[in-house]
Amino acid sequence: MEIFLQQIVNGLVVGSVYALVALGYTMVYGILGLINFAHGDLVMVGALTALQTMMFLMGVAPGMSPIAMLTLSLLVAIPVCMLLAFTMERLAYRPLRNAPRLAPLITAIGVSFLLQTLAMIIWGRNYHTFPQLISTTPIQPIEGVFITPIQITIIIVSALMMAGLILLVTKTKLGRAMRATAENHRVAALMGVDTNMIIALTFVLGAALAAVAGVMFASNYGIAHYGMGFMPGLKAFTAAVLGGIGNLGGAMLGGIVLGLVESFGAGYIEQATFGFLNSSYQDIFAFIILGLVLIFKPTGLLGERVSDRA
Amino acid sequence: MKQTVVALAIMGFGLSVAQAQEMVVKLGSVAPLTGTISHLGKDNENGARLAVEDANSKGITIGGKKVKFELMGEDDQADPRTGTTVAQRLVDAGVKGVVGHLNSGTTIPASRIYNQAGVPMISPSATNPTLTRQGYKAVFRTIANDVQQGGVLGKFIVGPLAAKTVAIIDDRTAYGQGLADETEKAVKAGGGKIVAREFTTDKATDFNAILTKIRGAKPDVIFFGGMDAQGGPMLRQLKQLGVEAKFVTGDGGCSPEMIKLAGDSIGANAYCSMAGLPLEKMPGGTEFRNRYKARFNTDVQIYSPYAYDAAMSMIKAMQAANSTDPAKYLPELKKSNYPGVTGTVAFDDLGDIKDGAVTMYQFKAGTWAPM
Repeated sequence: MEIFLQQIVNGLVVGSVYALVALGYTMVYGILGLINFAHGDLVMVGALTALQTMMFLMGVAPGMSPIAMLTLSLLVAIPVCMLLAFTMERLAYRPLRNAPRLAPLITAIGVSFLLQTLAMIIWGRNYHTFPQLISTTPIQPIEGVFITPIQITIIIVSALMMAGLILLVTKTKLGRAMRATAENHRVAALMGVDTNMIIALTFVLGAALAAVAGVMFASNYGIAHYGMGFMPGLKAFTAAVLGGIGNLGGAMLGGIVLGLVESFGAGYIEQATFGFLNSSYQDIFAFIILGLVLIFKPTGLLGERVSDRA
Repeated sequence: MKQTVVALAIMGFGLSVAQAQEMVVKLGSVAPLTGTISHLGKDNENGARLAVEDANSKGITIGGKKVKFELMGEDDQADPRTGTTVAQRLVDAGVKGVVGHLNSGTTIPASRIYNQAGVPMISPSATNPTLTRQGYKAVFRTIANDVQQGGVLGKFIVGPLAAKTVAIIDDRTAYGQGLADETEKAVKAGGGKIVAREFTTDKATDFNAILTKIRGAKPDVIFFGGMDAQGGPMLRQLKQLGVEAKFVTGDGGCSPEMIKLAGDSIGANAYCSMAGLPLEKMPGGTEFRNRYKARFNTDVQIYSPYAYDAAMSMIKAMQAANSTDPAKYLPELKKSNYPGVTGTVAFDDLGDIKDGAVTMYQFKAGTWAPM
């Protein structure tokens, strides 16, 4: 029984990490219809920038409390990612806004490679250990079920961010401008919305999410590396599609479902198939579920309008 | 008469030009220089580069000409398909020999291309047995293979560690799977029981699901066939899940990087095996370490001494054959008996290193200590 509960915890944690990254994907998609493949790499830049800041802080103020250090490094990583996303949008995506849909998609893949290579040049090829400032000493809420404070933090942070984003998009003036831009950016511009600014802001917000996701991801696994954004990026994209791309609640739901399915897939696939399949097939489960959902609900679990998007 | 003098003078001039002209001999080095194990890839390339630079600074003459070796360092991204593309590129560029690749998964498909082109290939790190069992004449390795390593690991797990139950994880690469299979065989042969056989990938960072399953099987020892980039986080997650089994891994996890990545989650219950001898016990190990550090301003990871010896044994064979033509120096390479950094480099009929040693290490006082 405690193995079963442990797998639920594992799935929830992985799922929340996916959800954190998926939120950024899905928000940019929801406003622009662009799948920003470089989002995963912003996650990496966020983590490595925070790492650099922590190293610096440990050098100048070794006695600083871990929480202050984490906050300060986030306060550096978030603006760096925002600035990067702003530049990306300005130089790579804006000139292609009216180009065929494939052009910005390919450009995004190019930007992703560019970011990875730049990070490799700046931070080197080696893996870095990421200081685990939030404790990783496990606690046992139920005998035999282990969860660490950082894992709890991740679950809470991703739920809070989702809620915050939904509030922003549905309740604020900025959110209304975003929705108007998403609906039809030409008409929105006629109504006096500065669409260029709104689109840039969307990217910048997505980048802030990526920075937080990066720091959480690296704090949980204790490592950072220039290629670390790729896999979570891919999984988060899958999660976003599963939940209904463009839908913030869907990203969260998709992430959690994907995490749980992976976890149970790895844990029980062998018993479920009487030893015919083993854990090397764990990803099959996730993609069977994705396939099934898309067959019966092509817009994803919570998705609505995606008919005319990439 | 005058004409003869002029002709002689011209001939003499021509001769002196020919003597001054260096013959450029290209050698290839292939390893992943990007991706999750690019730190190990760069280490291999550095090893080969050091050998080439040593040869150049000595000023070697082959076939009456002064030879300048040039190393073409290529990136195979640890990807089998890229590996074959790069192999073809090197063959087309006319390299006389190749040090590489790093991974078994890339080396095996690439070896066919080198063999067809007759270009000798020596891998400093690919340990999967298949590599040298394809009947290829031009394929060698300077490291003990997984049959040898897995045998030692299996005996160690059931012997000194006295494990009754063992869980085995591999990363589904030719290396990880091969080593895990050989270890499994040796554990079973020694009377141990395999209670779980789990799998991950060489790109994963989260292992909680399979580790939780393993925790349920309560093994005495967990063996991981894979690289340090996965092994380090795996140790952290084992600790977070409260698993207390001993952890054993192969040479892919026997690096300083592994210790760094595992942080405070690595302890005296972590063991690893390494084909060959520890750097300190290699005949030229200490000197190599210092020279490497001075030249590249970074530490030796794992295989660079083997890459050095691979490149050097090629160069020595060229000298012995007095030719850089692969067809001519290949027989000399087969007969190699060169006292290298890692020990004597001599190959058996298959192309495997003779007397490939395997050493077990235990984590002690912040480092891997040979047992």
